Amino acid sequence: MTRHRGRGMASINYPIGMNLGGDPSQALVHSNPSGKFTVALSSIDLGQGMKSVTRQICAETLGVPVEDVYVDTADSDTGPHCMGSFASRGTHRVGNAVMAAAREARGVMMEAAAEELEVNAADLDTDGRGNIHVKGAPHRSISTKDVAIAAQFKQGKTISGRGIFLVPLSNVDPETGEMSPATCYAHACLVAEVEVDDETGEVDMVRMDSAYELGRALNPRLVEQQLVGGAWMGISHALYETPEPYYPDPSHGPRDFVEYLMPGPGDICPHDIAVLERPAPDGPFGAKGPGEMCANPVLPAVANAIFNAVGVRIDDLPITPEKVLRAIKAQGGARPQARR
Amino acid sequence: MSKTPLQFRHNGRDVAIFVDGGTNLLVALRELIGDMTPKFGCGQGGCGTCSVMIDGEIHLSCLTLAETVAGRSVETLDGMKQGPNLHPLQRAFADNFAAQCGYCTPGMLMAAKALLDRNPSPSRADIVEAISGNICRCTGYESIINAILAASGGRASA
Repeated sequence: MTRHRGRGMASINYPIGMNLGGDPSQALVHSNPSGKFTVALSSIDLGQGMKSVTRQICAETLGVPVEDVYVDTADSDTGPHCMGSFASRGTHRVGNAVMAAAREARGVMMEAAAEELEVNAADLDTDGRGNIHVKGAPHRSISTKDVAIAAQFKQGKTISGRGIFLVPLSNVDPETGEMSPATCYAHACLVAEVEVDDETGEVDMVRMDSAYELGRALNPRLVEQQLVGGAWMGISHALYETPEPYYPDPSHGPRDFVEYLMPGPGDICPHDIAVLERPAPDGPFGAKGPGEMCANPVLPAVANAIFNAVGVRIDDLPITPEKVLRAIKAQGGARPQARR
Repeated sequence: MSKTPLQFRHNGRDVAIFVDGGTNLLVALRELIGDMTPKFGCGQGGCGTCSVMIDGEIHLSCLTLAETVAGRSVETLDGMKQGPNLHPLQRAFADNFAAQCGYCTPGMLMAAKALLDRNPSPSRADIVEAISGNICRCTGYESIINAILAASGGRASA
């Protein structure tokens, strides 16, 4: 028995969002009389952090502290329409919609503040700590709370804003086949190092090194979480997970979490990640989306690493020990490739 | 079906309920006592998010018959924080970004507490072993392991 080391690499180009009949999301922002703001969305946060990111985007655009913004998500009965949380579209599409809504709400807030301070709204600025002041004269100031109270009880104004971000449908040109399915692309490159046991066919991850270009990272810790976890979802897809191991034959499918294979805490390996921030021209504060693309380069990189280790090219996922062994047997033994 | 009276300690407090024969501890805690911190994941003992401690030992509440805890002490995540203060493990999970969707977190915290209660300065391998029955579908094991390491480093002997 020999354990063979192999290294594989893959690069990806990942379009943000989708192109099935146009890709819109809406957001509504309004102030409460307390001077705090609510963002209403139908978009769902499944743990990727969209609530945190849209909260940051709203607070930054309004010019108020992040604590003063509450994001209410995932009620399609009462929230404005959203296509959903998929295709890595949340930060980009929903973020842009929130930004537009917050910009409109900020306009009303500044008008209401101007009326209270008896100045022109164009001469006002926010300090990001809950106050609005005359530019160059910070002592001529009013709190966002007092503005909200004045708008509500004196001026009869709603400090609110509507936002929509739409990437319109791009049809295929019947002559050339040309289309623009996305406006924004993220990029990644990942090197996977594996160890393949030529007696059992088992593949162990040794380490990963990756670089992700995903626009501006609005919340670097959330981005890191996604990249770390997402890479392991990629490993899981490459090596373990399948509901139908002998597809299309449904037999021997897993029936519970014990039989459905997923990586556990003992399977993880070191993963060094470089995040490259190149702001997207049409992203909210330059953000793209680090969603699905976290997992995408992992699969081909692992398949390439297995080829590098034992010389077998497996193009059927997941790459189970059985497939590796059968392929090694078919070629008459492991054939390690040159290490680069 | 006749109901059986059942008394046990729940996070240091005596509770008394009536359970149907065959009721599992997870259902008793969530539906009869109202402690929603143990989560229902798979109901088959495969995911670990329903983990609770019974007399200081980690157990899967979905596979534990409620009647078997009569007279014993059951600890859940709900009993972990002391008033407004987070338990050092909870603090470490927050500081180390050890939750994404958060569904595995109650089970992870209980598994980690069971470990630290008997081994206050575990190795990385001890931690991996202790949480190996808990699935994190966001695959955030690295930060969970780091959080538990951090909590054991800065943990008082209590």
